[in-house]
Parts: sequence; structure tokens; C-alpha cells
Amino acid sequence: MSKPLTPPNRKNPLRKTPAPLSPQGIRSRTAHGLTAAAAEGRFALQVCADCGAIVYPPRDACPVCLSARLPYRDTADGGTLVAETTVRVSTDSYFREHLPWRVGTVKLDAGPVLVAHLHDDAREGARVRLALKLDKSGAPVVLALPAQETENMQDDPQLRELTCDPKFRRVLITDGRTAVGQSMAKAFSDAGAAIVFVGLADQWKPFPGMDALRAIERVEIVPLDVTDTESVTEQAQQNGGRIDIVVNTAEHIRPGGIVDRQGLTVARTEIDVRYLGLLRLAQAFGPAMRARGADGVNSATAFVNLLSVYALMNWPSYGAYAAVEAACLSAAQAMRAELRPGGVKVVNVFFGPLETEWFQAVPPPKVAPSRLASAVIGALRQGLEDAFVGEVAQDVRARLAVNPKALERELSG
Amino acid sequence: MIDPLAFARAIAAGAVRVIDLTQTLAPDFPTIALPPEFGQCAPFRLEEVSRYDARGPAWYWNNFSMGEHTGTHFDAPIHWVSGKDLPNNAVDTIDPAKFIAPAAVIDCSIESARDPDFVLTVAFVEAWEARHGKIEPGNWVLLRTDWSKKPPRAYAGMREDGAHTPGPSPEVVKWLVEERDVHGFGTETIGTDAGQAHHFNPPYPAHFYMHGKGRFGLQCLTNLDLLPPKGAVIVAAPLKIKQGSGSPLRVIALVAGSAS
Repeated sequence: MSKPLTPPNRKNPLRKTPAPLSPQGIRSRTAHGLTAAAAEGRFALQVCADCGAIVYPPRDACPVCLSARLPYRDTADGGTLVAETTVRVSTDSYFREHLPWRVGTVKLDAGPVLVAHLHDDAREGARVRLALKLDKSGAPVVLALPAQETENMQDDPQLRELTCDPKFRRVLITDGRTAVGQSMAKAFSDAGAAIVFVGLADQWKPFPGMDALRAIERVEIVPLDVTDTESVTEQAQQNGGRIDIVVNTAEHIRPGGIVDRQGLTVARTEIDVRYLGLLRLAQAFGPAMRARGADGVNSATAFVNLLSVYALMNWPSYGAYAAVEAACLSAAQAMRAELRPGGVKVVNVFFGPLETEWFQAVPPPKVAPSRLASAVIGALRQGLEDAFVGEVAQDVRARLAVNPKALERELSG
Repeated sequence: MIDPLAFARAIAAGAVRVIDLTQTLAPDFPTIALPPEFGQCAPFRLEEVSRYDARGPAWYWNNFSMGEHTGTHFDAPIHWVSGKDLPNNAVDTIDPAKFIAPAAVIDCSIESARDPDFVLTVAFVEAWEARHGKIEPGNWVLLRTDWSKKPPRAYAGMREDGAHTPGPSPEVVKWLVEERDVHGFGTETIGTDAGQAHHFNPPYPAHFYMHGKGRFGLQCLTNLDLLPPKGAVIVAAPLKIKQGSGSPLRVIALVAGSAS
């Protein structure tokens, strides 16, 4: 069992905040197949299309038959930890700060032998399962976890370093007016977040769920309007230095396409709430978060974007909305590069139609706000960069990978 | 013959006092809330262009955005369907002489404090006239409710069944236009009509009758408690927006001062 994490002490104001450092993160283009799998929480290795050999580390030719056809395939993650060692001295600036650090050799049932980082409950000679994680540099690494769930498993320091667990962290949910915002507040409170700041614009406007939201443990309502630069700046000035996770729940979902809408008032609001709102949050909260990526147990760790899966391919029934979501996705990619030096992950959580009033006329399957919220918690605990929640999002993702043109036509039908 | 220079000297000397009836344009000031499937009035927003920094080393300035009906604002007759075909019905074509007019200030602050759905009636205005004299033609009628002193939530008065704020009855608006030939109607609340006025007949009577007869509206006024029942002159000149239905503006009142 892992040593249970204790709530961090209050920060000593006389001590310098450590600057975030990154492990060496260079990977070959071929090795980015592992990055792709790690980003989505899959365990995938190269599998030779000609002889079936499972290959690790990533190569450009099969070591068995010399074939160049080595696509990544999801692979069974079970194996045995055959040997382990503890690194006590390192010349690497990042690892020097995290010593001692356990590494080991794992023999996968599927064949290859891998060098892996070790969860504290992964012990020599025992069964383990391997997971691909993105480290602080954004590069994929292999982590050996105990085969079975163990007590306080999530509190292991090496696992925590590779993920964004909300436990004891301070989170900002940008809009508590929506069902998604309220579910998110509940989920983060349940996940052990130390403070759940929940932004509310136009507090003079009552809304359903207001009392229940205020009653959630450790929720603090703060004034925040993502469409108002001054409001976002003020909130960052007040609390930005102690916010470890931002979850942008601000939404403006309206049906309607491009040609058949009358005028631009709705489109401007969509852009203002979603795209410009994201920019305001990024500019106000991003720099402080990036500077606090190594600030102990409650270091800054993630900026979560809730994105429509139609950011990936336009759905004409909600065409203008989808276009703005695509802009947000693009901005999130830039943010990822900008926040990576601080070890802060940008987590994109994609969903299809939600079980909310603005998708009322859309037939199921739809994603309940509570399901979206637990998916966000799951993505943070796993350290994902991209998560696809619900049948529609997963379906769009799968069809896009196979034939984008077909998906475009099918969505327009 | 009236000498405008003498008037300016009277202002400088304090013989005529200038009272600001305008709310500060700020992002958090409530705007009218329609059902979300309708188009909405944009709230006030400020975006800094530069503040003596790399974006402009020696100067500070902002871009701002808002709707025509944000903050303290003027309603032109073209705003309502009943006034859509009138001549010179938009802010850019209204005779500028109409931007200066006297005001009758009807105090309903006690009644409104008692009942947020207070409705101004003909009888109430007749009782007011019995005390202060008949409302002269060409006067603004300003409804003093002290609503502007309320904090935002009470000011907007939003509940499950809509807003609850005071306003005029259909009969009194029609009567003010037809029997008193008023210049327009002004309030401290978000609209010239009562919060529940969509249930009146006709709905939104202050808009329907005032604009239908080419009269004007002023809303989100403040400091009406500083005005006398009669004798104030209102200066309310909207921005000259091409075919504008209204405009945020600075509203000032001129009242006789103590200095002579």
C-alpha cells in the first residue's frame, strides 16, 4: 500500500517557489506513436504487420523480419517485474529533485522487455500492468502499476508526478450556472480538492441549482465572467496564485448552421464566451500556473477544456457552435505548447450532445453532466491529454481516424 | 430674449445646479434579460488598448462595446413596432431641440418599496397633480422609485416568473400621451415598463403608446430623488447612431440652485 498523502502544509512565505523543471523529452517521430497512446490513456506498442512481432522500443524496421510496416496497436498491458533498482544519484536536473526514484525491467506477457518507472506497490517478481504516461516534458514514459488496485494507490509520488490528481489541489470551475458546472463542482469536491472555486457571472440573475451548488463542501463562489476581461483579470489577481486546476465550464450552445442564421449577434456571443473566454482565462491564469508547476503536493497541474467533439468535424445542425469549438481546440493546442515548460497539462475532454436543455431536441445517446464530470476527474487522475466521453464522441473519434471525408458527409446528412 | 451666456454664467455660479442622472457604465450593471433563445442586449465591456505600456507607451485608452439599450439609455420611437413608420423616429433623425425638455418627477418611492410590482395609475397622477399642478405639455414624466439605490439582485428583481419592478399601467401611459401630451417617460428601472408588463394589455404599454406617438423613453436613471417635482430641465442627447433605436447617454438635470 502507498503511504497516504497528507494535506500539504501552508507554504512558507520565506522560501522560494521551486522553478518547474522537465525531464529530457525528446522522442523520435516513430516514438510519438507512444505519445498518441499515452495522451488517450491507451497502452499501444508497434506490432509488425508482416510477422506479428511486438516491438519495443519503437523502431523503423521490424527486428525479426525487417518489415517497415510497424503500426501501433493496442496491446495487452500485463507482465512481470523481473528486476528493480532505486536511483539515488542523478546528474539530471529534474530527477535530482525527485530522488530516490525506482525503475525496473518488466517482461510483458506479449513479449518485449521494457524499462519502466515503478509505482511503489509494484514489487520485484510480482505481476504488474504497464501504462503509458506523459511526463512533465510531455513525452511518453512507461509506468509499472500493481496488477490489482492497492490502498491509496493514487497517492504514490511517482504516479502523482505523472498525473494531475485533484486531491488536495485548488480548482477553479469557471461557470457554476450550468448543469455541467454544478456537476463538476460536486465531482471535484468528492475527489478531495482542497478548495473548489466556482465562478458566477451576473449574480443578480438567479438560476436553478444555486442553493445546491452553494451547499457543496469546500465550494467557494467567486465573481467571474469569462466575457469580461476585467472580471477574469481581477479573479486571477485575487486567486490565480493558488489555483492548481482550471476547468472551463463556460458554454454557449445554440443550434443553427452558418447560412441559415440571421445576423451575427449569436455568433459573436458564441465567440466571446468560448474562444475569447478561453483566451482571457489563458492570459490571466496561464502564467501563474506555469510558474507553479513544481510547487509541492498542490502544484499547478492542469487546464481542462471541455470541447464538443464536433470541434474535430463540423456538425451542420450546430454548425456555428462547432466552428467556435474548433477554434477553441486550436487555441488549446497552442496553450499546450506554452504551458508545457511549467509541467501544466492542457486536458481536452471531448463530448457529444449533452443531456441539457440546449440539446433537448437531439435524440440519445447523450452525455449526462455528471458523467462528463466524472470523466474529467478520471482524465486528471490518469494524466490524459485527450479524453472522449460517451458513445457519440468515441464514435466520431473512431470514424475520423478511418475516413475524415466520409465522416464529413455523414454528419451533414 | 434669453441669453445663453447668462445661462452658462448661472451654471458656473451655482445658480443653476447640474445633477447627474446617469449610472456608471460598468460590466456588472444589469441589462434586460430576455428568454435565452432570443437575441440579447450586449452588456458593457471594456478592452484596454494600451496603458502607458508596450502597446502604446505614452497613452491609455480602451475599446468598449455594448448594446443600444445598455446602462442609462434613451429609447427612440423606432425601438418599438408601434413607432416603426413615424418620421424622424431614430436617434440620428430626431430634432436635437427635443433633447432638452422639462420634467415632472412623480415620487412613488414609498409605494414601490412596499410593492415591487407597484403600477402607476391615472388616479395616482391626478392626485400628484392636485398637489403640484397639471403636467404641462412637452414634459418628461420621470418615475421616482428609488430603485437605483438597490443592490443588483434586488434592482433586477428577477424571479422564476420574471422581473418584479414598478412601472406604469397601460391606461396611464395612453392618458399621459393623449391628455397631457408628454415628451416621454423615464424610470430608474431596467426598462420604462414594469417588470411584469409583458402580461399587460397591450404588453409593454410604455413602449407601445409612447413610441407609437413619437415619444421617448429614458431608463436606468439615478438621482431622481434630488429633483423637484416640477422645475427641472433634462438634457438627454443620445449618440447619433445611424438608424439607431436608442443609445446609452449622459443624462443631466438642470435645477435652480441656492446661489443667486
